Amino acid sequence: MRKTTTVKHREPLIHIAKRDDMAAWQAWLIRLAAILIGFFVMSAVLTALASTSSGKDLSFGDILERLSRSVFGRLFEGKFSQLWKFLQETAVLLCLSLAVTPAFKMKFWNCGAEGQALFGGLAAMFCMINLGGKVPEPVLVPLVILASIIGGAVWGVIPAIFHAYYRTNETLFTLMMNYVATQIVAYYVYANGQGSNVINPVSTGALPVIGGQQYLLNVLIVTLLTVLTYVYLRFSKQGYEVSVVGESQNTARYIGINVKKVIIRTMIISGALCGIAGMLLVAGKDHSINTATVGGQGFTAIMVSWLGQFNPYIIAAMAALVSFLQIGAAGAADAYFLNSAYADVMVGVVVLCLVACEFFIRYTVKFRHSKKGGALA
Amino acid sequence: MKKILALLLAAVMLFSLAACGGNNNDTSTPDGSNAAPAEDLKVGFIFLHDENSTYDKNFIDAAVAACKNMGVEMVQKTQIPESNACYDAAVELIEVEDCDIIFADSFGHESFLMKAAEEYPDVEFCHATGTQAHTANLKNFHNAFAHIYEGRYLAGVVAGLKLKEMMAADSTIVPKMGYVGAFTFAEVISGYTSFYLGAKSIVPEVTMDVKFTGSWYDETKEKQAAQALIDGGCVLISQHADSMGAPTACEAAKVPNVSYNGSTEAACPNTWLISSRINWIPYFEYMITQVKNGAAIDTDWAGTLENGAVALTDLGAAAAEGTAEKLADVKAKLIAKEINVFDTANFTVGGKKLDSYLADVDTDADFTKDTEAIENGVFYESKHRSGPYFDIEIGGITLLDRNYG
Repeated sequence: MRKTTTVKHREPLIHIAKRDDMAAWQAWLIRLAAILIGFFVMSAVLTALASTSSGKDLSFGDILERLSRSVFGRLFEGKFSQLWKFLQETAVLLCLSLAVTPAFKMKFWNCGAEGQALFGGLAAMFCMINLGGKVPEPVLVPLVILASIIGGAVWGVIPAIFHAYYRTNETLFTLMMNYVATQIVAYYVYANGQGSNVINPVSTGALPVIGGQQYLLNVLIVTLLTVLTYVYLRFSKQGYEVSVVGESQNTARYIGINVKKVIIRTMIISGALCGIAGMLLVAGKDHSINTATVGGQGFTAIMVSWLGQFNPYIIAAMAALVSFLQIGAAGAADAYFLNSAYADVMVGVVVLCLVACEFFIRYTVKFRHSKKGGALA
Repeated sequence: MKKILALLLAAVMLFSLAACGGNNNDTSTPDGSNAAPAEDLKVGFIFLHDENSTYDKNFIDAAVAACKNMGVEMVQKTQIPESNACYDAAVELIEVEDCDIIFADSFGHESFLMKAAEEYPDVEFCHATGTQAHTANLKNFHNAFAHIYEGRYLAGVVAGLKLKEMMAADSTIVPKMGYVGAFTFAEVISGYTSFYLGAKSIVPEVTMDVKFTGSWYDETKEKQAAQALIDGGCVLISQHADSMGAPTACEAAKVPNVSYNGSTEAACPNTWLISSRINWIPYFEYMITQVKNGAAIDTDWAGTLENGAVALTDLGAAAAEGTAEKLADVKAKLIAKEINVFDTANFTVGGKKLDSYLADVDTDADFTKDTEAIENGVFYESKHRSGPYFDIEIGGITLLDRNYG
């Protein structure tokens, strides 16, 4: 009897096992490879598409040269205008990514960076227009900065209060607040616009230009914020509380953390940082505002924060990577008369590679006959 | 694990080698096609969107054609918002691409383009639809627009002839037209008024209802507005907004339609009459020629029927018989100035003939009315600056709503 009932158990051909033995440097090597694979594959596709659309016989090298020229311009000829534009784009994206990071660490899904930045920018614009000429510049500029911080913080704290006290869904709430902010800005532009939906640039209350470079101050501010965010999250008591609330609200309560207070406080910080990003755009770059001022970077920041694994330094690298791809691919698409949507496709594919490679970091694939059970990724 | 790492490393090295190789090749053969000799002109274009927008496509197609005709190189930057990004794009086109002429296509680009114009006095800057060049005091900054009201007047003539034909076939038809506009400001008001006056020159008793969508491109709103006008008794529709909303609503309701910025015949074969548009090729060729010859570009350039900047498409199958002949006749009279679109003899304001009107020509924050626009009984549109400034509500036209943005 026994013999007949025994079913020979065959191991499946492939099976997947979880792994947690990979060293950090190995994991980063895999991620780097994923980025490069995505980048080179998309550059190769771009080569083919650009050759067709421009009617020229372009080499892979032409495309790489074009990508870097779009981002860095003619650095070696001493022309730094493009580099500064790249740094500015990176700085704003980084600032927004830093802003959502404390909220994300707390597992509060702040999808409202776009609206918080726009509202902060609106507050800055309001001061620049209404107080310009009435208040001396040395007083006005700090007022503009303060207004944007308060504006962003207010826009961020509203969903936090509702979440903390009434358990509303923060993802939907913050998302909806984006539309409200956009409409308020649309109305503001109409009320102050000169004819056809445009506010002409205002020079009063703008961030000062230091070192003859308009974007230098912006870059310095964000660099400082990066370090501060790192220190705050890593070494401060409040940063620790954020982590605990993110891991388990019950644990947090058990050890005597006031969860509601942490949620509200963290969202004030998150919103304030977004407000600063809005201020950098309005007072540090455009000196004007419209509904497209933030231009969707508030949503890109969500992705950048995740890619950077909530570590401000890695986030800075990821923001630079995404900016590089956005500017480079857009420039190449323009140069070869391709649709500018190619930039989005390129960023999307590279990010997809980066996300997909996590599989090889967290799991190992085992084959039936491999005696040692070695991985074959 | 080591094996995989080795493989990955090898792959990375291979890729980077390929990359380096590519770069080396590139520098050793100084890209013959890209680096034009210094004396050759290079024109940089800044577009608000890309070819998916009918507005920008009209510019992009013209830019490509004009640069080809003139044998100059074209560089473009698409998706440039009306912000400092426009200034950045202009700087990039100058510093990185060595452009000699910069052109931007959207109203809101103007201030940012002027900022670049101040910094680069050796580069010529041209801007479509703008209003500030004549007061900016910058030698290298220029505005351009076209007397598109003449094109719309002609399109109105086509509409009038169609109305006449419909009334002859069915005596119960009341000649009321409908118009879907984007915003209630001079560019749109000037457009629908000239269209109405064109139709009125054929059918004197015609009236028109106007609805505004508050957007240059909103297919649903434009469709709904057109449908509301049709339901309100309008027997012919035209529009000044960029989507297919109004034309498709007309096709579904079998109501004749006059479109803008290009033919909609493919989607609306039974109802499309004609379309007017601005053809930018003459301006682009003009600005390139001036720079080539070292001559100055007009501060305000206005395209006309005569120089081909104001263009009409061929007639649609739905147009009334004899339209082509009448159209050619009116066009010749417009060019000869025998007909003036805004002749004060042809319209009333509050039941009275208009003798004097101060228009807001110079841009300022308070919309000050600053310039007398009527001379010898004619309101001269686009004379004191290229951008339109006719913003009068005349008799016969009813604004069902208003939308200032």
